[in-house]
Amino acid sequence: MLLIRCPYCEMDRPELEFRYGGEAHVARPPDPMATTDEEWAEYLYFRSNPRGLHAERWRHIHGCGRFFNCIRDTVSDRITLTYKAGEARPTLDKGAA
Amino acid sequence: MSEPFRIAGTKGRPMRFVFDGIAYQGRAGDTLASALLANGVHLVGRSYKYHRPRGILSAGAEEPNALVAVTRGPGRMTPNLRATQVELFDGLTASSQNCWPSLAFDAGAINDLAGKFFSAGFYYKTFMGPKAAGSALWTKVFEPIVRQAAGLGARTTEPDPDRYAQFHAHCDVLICGAGPAGIAAALAAGQSGKDVILCDEQAELGGSLLHEATAGIDGKPARDWLAGALAELRSFANVRLMPRTQAFGYYAQNFVALSERVADHLPEMPEGARERLWQVRAKEVVIATGAIERPLVFPGNDRPGVMLAEAARLYLNRHGVKVGSRVVIVTAHDSAYRVALDLAAAGTTVAAIVDTRANPPAARLEEARNAGLRVVTSGTVIGTRGRLRVSSVGIAVVTGGVVGQPEWLACDAVLMSGGWTPSVHLYSQSRGKVVWSEDRQMFLPGVSVQAERSAGACKGTFALSEILKEGYRAGEEASGTARHRDFSVSGDSGTEGGMMGRLPRPAGGKGKAFVDFQNDVKADDIDLAVQEGMRSIEHVKRYTTTGMATDQGKTSNLNALAVAADRLGKSIPQVGLTTFRQPYTPVTFGAFAGANRGDLFDPVRQTPIHSWAAENGAAFEDVGIWKRAWYFPRAGEDMHKAVLRECRQARATAGIFDASTLGKIEVVGPDAAAFMEKLYTNPWAKLEPGRCRYGLMLNEAGFVIDDGVIARMADDRFHVTTTTGGAPRVLHHMEDYLQTEFPELKVWLTSTTEQWAVIAVQGPKAREIIAPLVNGIDLSKDAMPHMSIREGMVCGVPARVMRVSFTGEPGFEINVPADYGRSVWEAVWAEGRKFDAVAYGTEAMHVMRAEKGYIIIGQETDGTVTPDDLGLNWAIGKAKKDFVGKRSLIRPDMVVEGRKQLVGLLTENPATVLEEGAQITAGATPATGTRALGHVTSSYESPALGRSIALALVADGRKRMGETLYVPMPGGAIAVKIVAPVFVDPKGDRINE
Amino acid sequence: MSETGSMVDHAGMPASRHGPLDGLSLPGQTDFSVSRAVHAARFILRGESIHVSAFGPEVPDRLRASTAGSRAALWLGPDEFLLLAPGEDAEAIRNTLKPSLPAASTALVDVSHRQIGLTLEGRLAARCLSAGCPLDLGLASFPIGMATRTIYLKTEIVLWRQGDARFHVEVWRSFAPYLVGHLADALRGTNGL
Repeated sequence: MLLIRCPYCEMDRPELEFRYGGEAHVARPPDPMATTDEEWAEYLYFRSNPRGLHAERWRHIHGCGRFFNCIRDTVSDRITLTYKAGEARPTLDKGAA
Repeated sequence: MSEPFRIAGTKGRPMRFVFDGIAYQGRAGDTLASALLANGVHLVGRSYKYHRPRGILSAGAEEPNALVAVTRGPGRMTPNLRATQVELFDGLTASSQNCWPSLAFDAGAINDLAGKFFSAGFYYKTFMGPKAAGSALWTKVFEPIVRQAAGLGARTTEPDPDRYAQFHAHCDVLICGAGPAGIAAALAAGQSGKDVILCDEQAELGGSLLHEATAGIDGKPARDWLAGALAELRSFANVRLMPRTQAFGYYAQNFVALSERVADHLPEMPEGARERLWQVRAKEVVIATGAIERPLVFPGNDRPGVMLAEAARLYLNRHGVKVGSRVVIVTAHDSAYRVALDLAAAGTTVAAIVDTRANPPAARLEEARNAGLRVVTSGTVIGTRGRLRVSSVGIAVVTGGVVGQPEWLACDAVLMSGGWTPSVHLYSQSRGKVVWSEDRQMFLPGVSVQAERSAGACKGTFALSEILKEGYRAGEEASGTARHRDFSVSGDSGTEGGMMGRLPRPAGGKGKAFVDFQNDVKADDIDLAVQEGMRSIEHVKRYTTTGMATDQGKTSNLNALAVAADRLGKSIPQVGLTTFRQPYTPVTFGAFAGANRGDLFDPVRQTPIHSWAAENGAAFEDVGIWKRAWYFPRAGEDMHKAVLRECRQARATAGIFDASTLGKIEVVGPDAAAFMEKLYTNPWAKLEPGRCRYGLMLNEAGFVIDDGVIARMADDRFHVTTTTGGAPRVLHHMEDYLQTEFPELKVWLTSTTEQWAVIAVQGPKAREIIAPLVNGIDLSKDAMPHMSIREGMVCGVPARVMRVSFTGEPGFEINVPADYGRSVWEAVWAEGRKFDAVAYGTEAMHVMRAEKGYIIIGQETDGTVTPDDLGLNWAIGKAKKDFVGKRSLIRPDMVVEGRKQLVGLLTENPATVLEEGAQITAGATPATGTRALGHVTSSYESPALGRSIALALVADGRKRMGETLYVPMPGGAIAVKIVAPVFVDPKGDRINE
Repeated sequence: MSETGSMVDHAGMPASRHGPLDGLSLPGQTDFSVSRAVHAARFILRGESIHVSAFGPEVPDRLRASTAGSRAALWLGPDEFLLLAPGEDAEAIRNTLKPSLPAASTALVDVSHRQIGLTLEGRLAARCLSAGCPLDLGLASFPIGMATRTIYLKTEIVLWRQGDARFHVEVWRSFAPYLVGHLADALRGTNGL
């Protein structure tokens, strides 16, 4: 069971309190009706699925209830850092993981 | 009774125990293994494949042979316990496994002669392909043999009466293993004041110190020093000592699982837990798990009486038990010399020390000579003899790679040592990569991946003085302290030597030399696997099953690896090491299940009205983890009759229904309506307070995920209802959009599902029934039309009363604070009785809503259904610029011809009730491979129509009105006519009454 | 165990209350006891930069509870608080607190019946909680006055430490028998601890 730092509680909390929410920084187009079918399909269905560092959404659903973002290594399952929803994705060099 | 192999004067209260029906005497402090050995019993089991007689090999958790079943009454039969770990108690009853009809005469031993069948890859070669599986050879010959032989032990079929507890625990320092390294680590960490847990799988803490008779520490005999150290540790309030506790799994972020045997050593099972599973989160971990002695690989090395050398020393020094009267020691390592010396001193005849090394250290040879013991150097073993117990061993000298003439030495025990394998299991489970040390010829812990360090023998440190020093240093490091403590050790013995793989054998030498005792894998099997093309140890392992038994190859993996490497002509690290997996030793299912069984397996959610339903004979159904009243049978009624009656009476006068499980969410804030506009397809801005609207929720892909009636309480407040099963999902979905896509909206969400008990009263008499109970609300048709909500008092309780219908009848849903639910229900019931109203359950609710063509999420929808598919385009706010899912509704696939649409079905024969989920085709006898046009989603006998009805999703369904299609079933196709999906009151006259 | 009392109105018969733990026996040993807590009025208060002087205790800091007399405010999330008060205060709170809050930036929802409160006391209280709650309940990690939403096996709870060996637990009503059943079971598994 992982420990995940909730950026709102500012505390490491057990994984059981969290729910995974898919890839982060996939912004909903501001005017969906203005998108082409291709653009909309890209938003709906296409994800980066990287090997290595992955920015993803989690929710502290059984804690403070907040969605936040997290950089997790999909190879080692290690979480490098977590940050609040709405904050920009931090730049990380690969070596940092 | 007389314990012939117990040394006179051994202390310990005598205890009686029974093994395979024979009563014996043992002592307090014994394991079952030591007690059996005290009685001269070596033969304790039959092997897995060949049913060869097997004896006790070791004295610890690594034991591969001595697996026993302990029986303590109904439901209390535990198989596959290692006799070396079973603590003796007065009255213990144990039995051997894997033998029939008896241990001494086992019919399955024929397998030993039929050994060719069971060579490496037996399973793959014999059972390949469907022909083999169906053949007479399989059913008549192999299957019975395999069934007879398969598995280890038997299980009980009775429920387990014992209690298993689980706890989370947190500590600063977790020390796994309480041998000298672990004890020293705990002394250091204990002084730091940090929270320390020291666990060990044995009943007594101390590890090898418990049987150390030669060495002294700080001027005291090792055992006395240990007693002092344990007393010191007990004086620390911050140190928790956990004997009988195995650290069996190391997981991410220093999460370590421990299993504690709380009561297996007690003659009477106590009230409390039998075992406890501890999930420990440690800031720092010290791994001090010691090392396991390696067997030597020679023909007949599995005969009872052939044991690991140090085990014999343990039985002697700790339990006062001699494993034999005349022993031969075969060793590749110094440590067996101290075994020989201790045994000789205790009066056992040591016929010879056969050292595989040409030049053992001079100090060892001198020790042996001083004790008058014969040492054979450059020795090997060519075989053993004896039926159920070793009676002699053939030894020989190897000169220039040639094995000389054998000399047969009479003996009743052969004690072997191939050296020591560091127990790197926990380190490896922590994701650390073990490193091969070429000069030490062992795998050692490499770089730490987590906050852990190894100390002592598990790190390849074997000198007691070094072990203590290293352990203490590890404790200091883990607890962040530095107070040096020196340990002066006297009488430390040698630590040189060790070998892996088979002993030298004469040319053409034969005989089964076992590598893996528990899975009956021979050195020859490994050879064969390599010969047949297996190159990696992972392949060899799977092909031969070496290391795959319950002992996970603790004594065998390195020998198997060495045999394979030798055959491949590669180095050991080139062949690779198999992965160490959790658990280190088997853990009972009970420990994993804990209290999560029976009534406590899942929460069983009951509504505030549940007790009334139970008292009034309701049958319940599970809806998720809710219990819902399903139907209310009267005397002599089955479900069918009860449901028909409930539906008829509800439409005739009224029915009362517990709708409390419906999800409820209070959406509050100045932007509440704007938020609802985004999350539901419908328009909300203009819905007036006091009015309700059916809401449809889509996911972003445009598919229907939930629905429910939504009431506007005020400009800035909505009372949202969701499906029963969808409540948490809908709230999560709403929070997701609110927090991450529309954070600018000033609106807040609160679940009120359990705040309200909901009593639905449906039927033409609904208004008359509730009217006497309601205060402050004008219930008249004009004042309170269909789809409206009012706040007032019901039975003196503040209530939200909605005029809604899920039946097609005029109806009300009374929301009262949950604690009042039952009481208000009773009041409604009393009023209802005046009109012959019925209580109805979920089944009647389903029938009536289907008659009216109302969908159920998850029944008419499956995650691929759009509003248009359901004929619900009317629920979409056409003027809205955006809502979740809107853009997807115009994707090409969503507007294409041929989508499945909701329709009604009427069977040609009105008595035929279709099966839900059945496929629908154009022809009565579709050819194989024909694509179905759709499927039945709901199907009932309709009391209102007096015939069967069904709802279905059918391709282009709305264009097919009046068409006849078919539902092919095993008994023949059923003809169905496509009709509109509303069967009762399509114009909605009744509902507005 | 049930909260007694009834509300009488001039129309209709008075309704009485029935709680989810009615008829269940709760652990009552010295080492560990479970009892119904005094608080019976509960509100979820959500919003931004909230001040609730009209309630009593000011909204607390992150992961804390604040108390004044018999009233308490618990931090559940950055914009979510649980207000607890004795049952008889419910009407007064509704009448005074709601008007004092800025409607543009707050939401107040009555959840008095949604959940129940339990007091867990005794030497083994933290231990029994740790049977289902994965948080570190040591005094250093979970000090007196700390409050948080968390889990206990398969149910969500709100946990508030009121003393070395005293916790207040809030649980949704239909999950209460499950929670209490497991707590009682956990106590039985503490033999020798």
